[in-house]
Amino acid sequence: MIQARGLTKRYGHRTAVDHADFTVRPGHVTGFLGPNGAGKSTTMRMILGLDRPTSGDVTVGGRRYPELGAPLREVGALLDAKAVHPGRSARNHLRCLAQSNGIPERRVDEVLALVGLESVAGKPSRGFSLGMGQRLGIAAALLGDPPVLMFDEPVNGLDPEGILWIRNLMRNLAAEGRTVFVSSHLMSEMALTADHLVVIGRGRILADTGMRDFIDANATSHVLVRTPQAGHLGPLLAARDWRVEVEADQALRVYGASADQIGDVAADHGFRLHELSPVQPSLEEAFMQLTGDTVEYHAGGPARPAAGSGDGPPAAGGGLPQAPPPPPPTIGDDLHGGGHRA
Amino acid sequence: MSTATTATAGTAEPDPGRPRASFADVLRSEWTKIITVPSTFWTLLAGSLVVIGFSVLWAFAFTSTYDQLSPDARADVAPTSPMQIAFYFGMVIFGVLGVLVVTAEYTTGMMRTSLTAVPRRPVYLAAKALVLGGVVLVVGEAVSFLSFFLSQAVLATKDISGSLGDPGVLRAVAGGGVYLALIALMALGIGVIVRHTAGAVVVVFIVLFVLGIVGGFLPGQWGETVAKYLPSNAGSAILVPVEQSGVLPPWQGLAVFALYTAVVCAAALAVFQSRDA
Ligand SMILES: Nc1ncnc2c1ncn2[C@@H]1O[C@H](COP(=O)(O)OP(=O)(O)O)[C@@H](O)[C@H]1O
Ligand SMILES: [Mg+2]
Repeated sequence: MIQARGLTKRYGHRTAVDHADFTVRPGHVTGFLGPNGAGKSTTMRMILGLDRPTSGDVTVGGRRYPELGAPLREVGALLDAKAVHPGRSARNHLRCLAQSNGIPERRVDEVLALVGLESVAGKPSRGFSLGMGQRLGIAAALLGDPPVLMFDEPVNGLDPEGILWIRNLMRNLAAEGRTVFVSSHLMSEMALTADHLVVIGRGRILADTGMRDFIDANATSHVLVRTPQAGHLGPLLAARDWRVEVEADQALRVYGASADQIGDVAADHGFRLHELSPVQPSLEEAFMQLTGDTVEYHAGGPARPAAGSGDGPPAAGGGLPQAPPPPPPTIGDDLHGGGHRA
Repeated sequence: MSTATTATAGTAEPDPGRPRASFADVLRSEWTKIITVPSTFWTLLAGSLVVIGFSVLWAFAFTSTYDQLSPDARADVAPTSPMQIAFYFGMVIFGVLGVLVVTAEYTTGMMRTSLTAVPRRPVYLAAKALVLGGVVLVVGEAVSFLSFFLSQAVLATKDISGSLGDPGVLRAVAGGGVYLALIALMALGIGVIVRHTAGAVVVVFIVLFVLGIVGGFLPGQWGETVAKYLPSNAGSAILVPVEQSGVLPPWQGLAVFALYTAVVCAAALAVFQSRDA
């Protein structure tokens, strides 16, 4: 269990982490989600005692990191995959770490096998690819068989196979009852791996909640309706106090109504429906709504959808929006704006 | 991906009863670290070759010019004279090793990994210093004795060689290894403070090499006194078998150098403790 209380870090005048309170519990993959520069790495360095908090504190299993007797047996961390001496072999790198914490040296070969690096274990890590370096970092994290694991942006620069491998590894570690804390600025990655979320923006903790709860609390599900008579059905639905948005292709997004209700209205008035599908909001939508004005960095595109997707109640009795809203922005991500079809 | 991470049953929270890493564990780790990077071998080899090689070369220089020397100058030639000069040229290389063991960790990012494994920084630094000091002491003694014996073989051709039994010679030769170990430790401290390899090497070079030369240009009585206390002048006093004017007494000189080393290392520990890694 990782517990932060009022954790704050200032670099000069810049506040990197601002009174962060959160708890990371065992048995889950807890995603640490926030855009670049939000303070994720700084928080993780403070957890590991590398950076000293300006104020507040953070404990692992109830103790501050430097007080841990054999820290690698209690916390495994992957901060930066390149944090190894390039002239030292992978095996020797792990041997140094094992010895420093009184970990039996046979464990070195176990973790090398676990991450699939046996064949290059004797080679200097200078020649390692990014993926191999990442695996070596993970081997080091697993060395002490620790109950708490932390990974800072572990999938950055990995190929799809490596990403899948890490994702499964983290899930398995959590399933074994361990505490798994993984940071990412990639929405899709978080949506696939984490079941609990700590969301950070500009150093502030914006949410500390379950993945589903987070999405439900911060984005609304809606129903996608396709009909050749959108121009007629749309105003009819809007007249019932349901918020209606029109897509460029004349598809309607209806908020505040169930598919059954919409289907009934359409049938009562004799409209043809070509599609009627409930849409679950995506993590991305929820995130954008929450952080709309805390996000510092966007990979292009407008900061948030223009009209109609505010978190306020749908405009009562409002007509159709004048123009279709621009597609929601993406944060270097492959999720499309409409979320997952349920 | 298998889940076989030797599941510790019901891993939940750190158990306070779990074993603590001992100082011996950290020492062992630092020993493995220093012997598993090629740069250790190469710097030690380079330092050894320069000191031993120059000792022999300067012994030849002495024997070939001995006949032309004035009686006064002849009196100044001690059996350890060639190695004194050789140390002056070679000692910086042992300093480079001291710098590298820590700056290589900073520049590669290994420092963060190391401090995650050993978060108590004084423990980490003490283990590093002990291992480095030990390695350089052993190699330094070997270098010092080899330098002495090989240069004596050359000096013997002019009958100006000495032996370990001569007054102060054993102390001078054995002290040479200690001096090199102290140099490495001082450089370690400088490396911790500066963090960058090139910058730290430049500082070591200035402290050991340049200051010694500058000292020779200081005017007057005052200048001579200051020169005696400059780091490399004080430290190399241990290599002089019989007390000489313009040089601190051997033990006192080495003690002064050890004091400088202690001050640098204390400063290094202070910044190392307070700084973010
Ligand atoms: N050592 C440092 N010195 C000064 N500013 C820093 C330092 N480390 C991080 N920062 C700043 O703190 C903020 C948070 O950075 P970081 O924790 O790396 O964010 P993230 O990992 O979420 O991308 C950034 O604005 C960054 O520029
Ligand atoms: Mg980061």
